[in-house]
Amino acid sequence: MTSDNSAAFVAFDRVQKSYDGETLVVKDLNLSIPKGEFLTMLGPSGSGKTTCLMMLAGFETATHGEITLGGKPINNIPPHKRGIGMVFQNYALFPHMTVAENLAFPLEVRKIGKSDREAKVMRALDMVQMGAFGGRRPAQLSGGQQQRIALARALVFEPELVLMDEPLGALDKQLRETLQFEITNLAHQLGITTVYVTHDQTEALTMSDRVAVFDDGRIQQLAPPDELYERPQNSFVAQFIGENNTLMGTVSAMRGDTAEVRLDSGEMIETVPVNVSNVGDRTLVSIRPERVEYNAERLSSDAHTLNAEVLEFIYMGDIYRTRLRVAGREDFIIKTRNAPDQRRLAPGEKIKIGWRPQDCRALDA
Amino acid sequence: MTESATSPDDFAATAQDGAQKKGARQAPVLAADGRPLKASLNRALRAQKMRALMLIAPLLIFILVTFVAPIADMLFRSVENQIVSETFPRTVMSLEEWDTDGLPGEDTYAALTYDFVEAAERRLHTRVGSRLNYETTGMSSIFRKSGRDVGDVGEAYADQFIALDPAWEDPATWVTLLGSQDWLRDQAEWTADATEARSADMVFDISEPRFALATAPRVLLPETADAYRSFAQTIADVDQDSPTSEEPWNSVYLALYRDLMRTDAATIAAYDGPGRDLLVAADAAVDGFEAVDLQALYAEMDDGWVEMPIWETFEAFSDPYTAGYFLAAVDLQLTPDGIEAQPENQRVYILLFQRTIFMSLMIMGMCVLLGYPIAFLLSNLSMRASNLLLILVLLPFWTSLLVRTSAWKVLLQQEGVINDILVWIGLVADNDRLALINNQFGTIIAMTHILLPFMILPLYSVMKTIPPTYVRAAKSLGATNWTAFWRVYFPQSIPGIGAGCILVFILSIGYYITPELVGGRTGTFISNRIAFHISTSLNWGLAAALGSILLALVLALYWVYDRIVGIDNVKLG
Repeated sequence: MTSDNSAAFVAFDRVQKSYDGETLVVKDLNLSIPKGEFLTMLGPSGSGKTTCLMMLAGFETATHGEITLGGKPINNIPPHKRGIGMVFQNYALFPHMTVAENLAFPLEVRKIGKSDREAKVMRALDMVQMGAFGGRRPAQLSGGQQQRIALARALVFEPELVLMDEPLGALDKQLRETLQFEITNLAHQLGITTVYVTHDQTEALTMSDRVAVFDDGRIQQLAPPDELYERPQNSFVAQFIGENNTLMGTVSAMRGDTAEVRLDSGEMIETVPVNVSNVGDRTLVSIRPERVEYNAERLSSDAHTLNAEVLEFIYMGDIYRTRLRVAGREDFIIKTRNAPDQRRLAPGEKIKIGWRPQDCRALDA
Repeated sequence: MTESATSPDDFAATAQDGAQKKGARQAPVLAADGRPLKASLNRALRAQKMRALMLIAPLLIFILVTFVAPIADMLFRSVENQIVSETFPRTVMSLEEWDTDGLPGEDTYAALTYDFVEAAERRLHTRVGSRLNYETTGMSSIFRKSGRDVGDVGEAYADQFIALDPAWEDPATWVTLLGSQDWLRDQAEWTADATEARSADMVFDISEPRFALATAPRVLLPETADAYRSFAQTIADVDQDSPTSEEPWNSVYLALYRDLMRTDAATIAAYDGPGRDLLVAADAAVDGFEAVDLQALYAEMDDGWVEMPIWETFEAFSDPYTAGYFLAAVDLQLTPDGIEAQPENQRVYILLFQRTIFMSLMIMGMCVLLGYPIAFLLSNLSMRASNLLLILVLLPFWTSLLVRTSAWKVLLQQEGVINDILVWIGLVADNDRLALINNQFGTIIAMTHILLPFMILPLYSVMKTIPPTYVRAAKSLGATNWTAFWRVYFPQSIPGIGAGCILVFILSIGYYITPELVGGRTGTFISNRIAFHISTSLNWGLAAALGSILLALVLALYWVYDRIVGIDNVKLG
């Protein structure tokens, strides 16, 4: 996670933040974001992600360390001079101004001429497909429309960096998905650098170029979405991102790029060692539910198999979700695609399950 | 999760709603039983409404009885003027024909006599005197003085009638001459009953039958009949005396004289009721009676009676309802020639109203200036700190108003703390201490202090609802601290300013105690004048008129405020 500050557009260098002088909310944060990247800060509430965003925006000051923007330290620059666009969770559209006035506000304070202003406002509104709503008050708009306007307002003065603080948190699922798509498209089209804060992992995975997973004031993993999902660096990331089956065990042998793990229930399985290195280490083995196979024909020949008993079968339309008893645990989930040739399991059925060794990762306990 | 049905971006739904509403206007929607849905709904809600009404009923009744009704009565007094026309009905009637050109004639003085004697007997004349004194000074003393002497008017005629025939002195003569047959019979029965009861030592508490006039003399001798009835009923009301045992007032003899002088002998001779001979004899003699000049008699009592102002005032305030109080409340007066301005040295109310509004606005402005930063701080502090500060803001509420006002007296007086400090610093010479109290300055200072919480609390409650993200958003958009405040925060706090201003202004415009204590001569409000008229000058009509104007003023300002700011924008929390 070392950062190359010279290429970075935004860089956090050993940044710490404490509110009360006793505990650190952000612990030694190092992060560099290249120009044009869509970076998401993902984490549970209280993990420090919003504090990082606020430090970047200038509403909080770092207790220690330096934040640079375009190579210049911005610690002592007040927020209004940073030129960073920001979108808030509750939209923060000024209720006493019309939509057009809201959009014109950043241009006005930058003393941009009236005709120029109007053209820019119009362009920004069209950009979010809200061209016809310039004369309305924010209260007359739906949540999704308000968020579009908030986005347009953050972009209308053409900032190079846009910060978004859980902008879609208050919207319903469908609208959220539409807007996720629109925001990413817009960000890539305009080539702006975006730092996006969310606690919704789906949002983080679908939108970002890279995701920084925050927990306990630290970045736990910084990686592109697919890597984050498929190759979590530690058990926190594995469990926070996506659904995950875990089995506790002890490393019994290390063989190059595989580690043999003896599960607590006695079975032996082969895993990819991620952050275990010694025989005898306690480990948490993680397997994604959709990588587990029970159809014998589909199991590869080298696959490990375990005995399982079906406890529950849930039909979810596009997928089947089955809860199994495996290696003494009753919360082992498998997901299978609803394909024509797929067999539906019945509770009580005894089956064998298996997976490819590379899908099974031995993480810190 | 199936949220697909509700999309906030869906406008078709609202359009459909609108269409439905339109349809509802054309044909009423019917409930399942065929009744209009509205009626069904009303019926369903009636029980609920009744219960709500029952819950508020005790308070409602309490307020109606103890508050609304007295205020309505008080406001009614601002136009009510029945006392003049009720106490001096004959005079008022006779003045209707007066052309205000020179003193009224003998008839009016006679009418005045009949009214005045009765009023004096009933002790109402001083009240009329005070009432008219509000309009023209000196009236009160004229009425009071004359009340003692008015009984003698007509004495000369009484003497002459009695000299003519002593029967005129006999109450029985008058009773039989003027009393109706029915009354005479009832009276006789009552006397018999009373005598019987007395002899049997029994309690007899039936009052004497009320005197009633016979028909014939009412036509023949209208003034006499009227004056005698007034006499008979008044002595019965005031002293429980009976006309059968009392010699009539001198005014009755005056009336008889005037009646006989006016009526020709033939008409008298045609009369065949009781006392005919007496009347005929008196009629023959009255021409030889020595006439008395009533005007001269009144002039003897008080010169005021033969001067114009008293009659002009009488005339102007003879109506049962008058705009006089309202006119007086705006420094105008009612004269026979119409509405005129008060003499310059008596104009006080317009000035007082102006001063009241000016000072209330000053106090309101001071409260905004002082309260806004406090409220801003309060709403931005942490919960604990803001609670502590709020207690300090509320502290004045828990201290007696009198204590606070007195504290200002101690601080601001010429030998007070502030002057002492200024002298000690050397800013002010010891012999030239500042007058900080008993003037407008003192009132504004003390009232601002007292009303400040009423500004801070609504401001605070509005400011607390303004999320900090607005200012943050403004800053992130490039606004400086000041621009973010002025363009984004301040406009959203306006409802709080509005609420505070209305509260403070309305409270201060009617404030009484503090201006009374620290206002001196130049710092008093219209309310102090109202209090003066209520408790000292007892001119309740004027007090009511002033109060009504104040009320109208507040309502008008409220309306203006509603038009400009919008009352929906007022938030108290």
